[in-house]
Amino acid sequence: MGSKPAIRVQSVVPLGDTAVLIDFSDHLDPDVNAGILRLADAIRRRKLPWIRDVVPAIASLAVHININLTGESDTVDMVRVLVDACLRDKSQPDSAPRPPIVVPVCYDGGFGMDLQDIGERTGFSADEVVRRHLGSDFRVLMVGFVPGHPYLCGLDPKLAVPRRSAPRLRMPPGTVAIANAQCVVYPYEIPGGWSVVGRTPLRLFDAARARPSLFEAADAVRFERIERAQFDRIAQREGTA
Amino acid sequence: MSANPARRQAPEVGVERAGIQTTVQDGGRFGYQHLGVVPSGAMDMESLLLANAMVANGSDEATLEMVLQGPTLRFACEALIALAGASFGIRAALGQSVTLLPTNRPILLAAGTQVSFEHAQDGARAYLAVAGGFDVPSILGSRCTYIPAGFGGHNGRALKKGDVLALSPQASTLARARFNTLHKKNTGVVCHGSAARTVRWSVRPRSLPEDEVTLVRFINGRHRALFTAQALQAFESSTYRISPDSNRMGYRMVGPRLERANTGDVLSEPTNLGTVQVPPDGAPIVLMADHQTTGGYAKIAEIASADIPRLAQLRPGQEVRFAPCSLAQALALARAARDALASKTQALAWQYQA
Repeated sequence: MGSKPAIRVQSVVPLGDTAVLIDFSDHLDPDVNAGILRLADAIRRRKLPWIRDVVPAIASLAVHININLTGESDTVDMVRVLVDACLRDKSQPDSAPRPPIVVPVCYDGGFGMDLQDIGERTGFSADEVVRRHLGSDFRVLMVGFVPGHPYLCGLDPKLAVPRRSAPRLRMPPGTVAIANAQCVVYPYEIPGGWSVVGRTPLRLFDAARARPSLFEAADAVRFERIERAQFDRIAQREGTA
Repeated sequence: MSANPARRQAPEVGVERAGIQTTVQDGGRFGYQHLGVVPSGAMDMESLLLANAMVANGSDEATLEMVLQGPTLRFACEALIALAGASFGIRAALGQSVTLLPTNRPILLAAGTQVSFEHAQDGARAYLAVAGGFDVPSILGSRCTYIPAGFGGHNGRALKKGDVLALSPQASTLARARFNTLHKKNTGVVCHGSAARTVRWSVRPRSLPEDEVTLVRFINGRHRALFTAQALQAFESSTYRISPDSNRMGYRMVGPRLERANTGDVLSEPTNLGTVQVPPDGAPIVLMADHQTTGGYAKIAEIASADIPRLAQLRPGQEVRFAPCSLAQALALARAARDALASKTQALAWQYQA
């Protein structure tokens, strides 16, 4: 696959004495992020007993370490050597791409509480904001903060609005919101400073499912418009009503 | 106690008073941080290990973590228990007999005994281990409770009055067999009314921070350069007090506000247990067991892992000072703490060898 962009390590720093953080960029670059996700896969594939967690993020990656298994070694050195080896190794297979995740969203009935406001800031009607959100090709950059919480890139650049100045204290689960070039979906009731476009009735995280998190890093995501009645039916089925 | 005689000896524990926040906790849930699931588990891992070692359990068996004010529990069956961490007064009642139990040692409880854990006399948290462990479902490889997302432990929440927790089906068999081994190995057993029997020896408790300022060591955070020189100076030289709105997710620190020289956004990136992050209001937060896996606040410091158990034993209002150390020093501190704990748990394992 000649199209794989190379990523370059910017810095390797300790995240305390039980984790190491590798930084690749100081801004969001989807190609760099894709490289980080491939690196995370490559590290996991080595199944090293001293690694507890590999956590890729937007432009960085953390390796969490069981220091009971690393003797007197310097954790930063160990991770630097590992990352160099994984980045040099061109033999690794690409993980098979998963089918896109289709997420039903209701934009009506008060769910899309900031559509009007986003419209005023961008010069579009509320309907046009929805149309452009539906037309964006999203991809999961990372899952983090709380279980199942995705950060998506790919938002139509004409919809880029800054974070709201005053965050709202409680946003209901399923809230779909945008800021700058990104989109998020809240799995739980959490505070949020992003502009809300709609709500999905899907359950984003369920520890009892074979695949607990609906979203995983690198997944392609497409939103699909549903009406309120359909939202209620799906919410009933998912137990999120 | 259950009126049904068949249930009376069932391997279970009834919750008669919940305590402030009593949760099932073990060694933590690893391998899912890339899905946003934090390891969680005991806030004070050293005390978890010690409690389990005192009843001859595996090191990360599920225990009950109690905070400041403990629960009142009724053991339907005979059980071998031990409490480690902060010292809570333990009162046992069976029929007319009410006794205070000695701490820091294994205790054999008679079936039907009601045990009250009063308030913490020093420290904040203690771990109650029962031989055989608590029989709650393993979720993503762990039995620990993760309250923010409502899963793990007992129904994903802190215990409530009226809850019934299942113990291992072998709880009473293990209790008797293990206590017999201790009995044979030692010169004597102390009877506490009809409710409980204990050994004569005890495990020397770790000294817990009381009135003095607790020194907590840290490695430089990766966003130090974003702070003003005054902020960096203030962080290392001031005393910070633990805010009342601290919890298992994080300890909020009251003290000098830490200003940024550069207020630009930080991209959301991984955090760790012990990360000290500074939100725009300038009040530092130390991330604890239930912390968010990633965050976009600037990191001024990372607490040495060896000092997390001591930090976990501090109560709101108590004071800390942050002292810098290198990564090599932090790793050496962690090894020393692990070795000191291993010598205690090995001594306990020897007591249980037939």
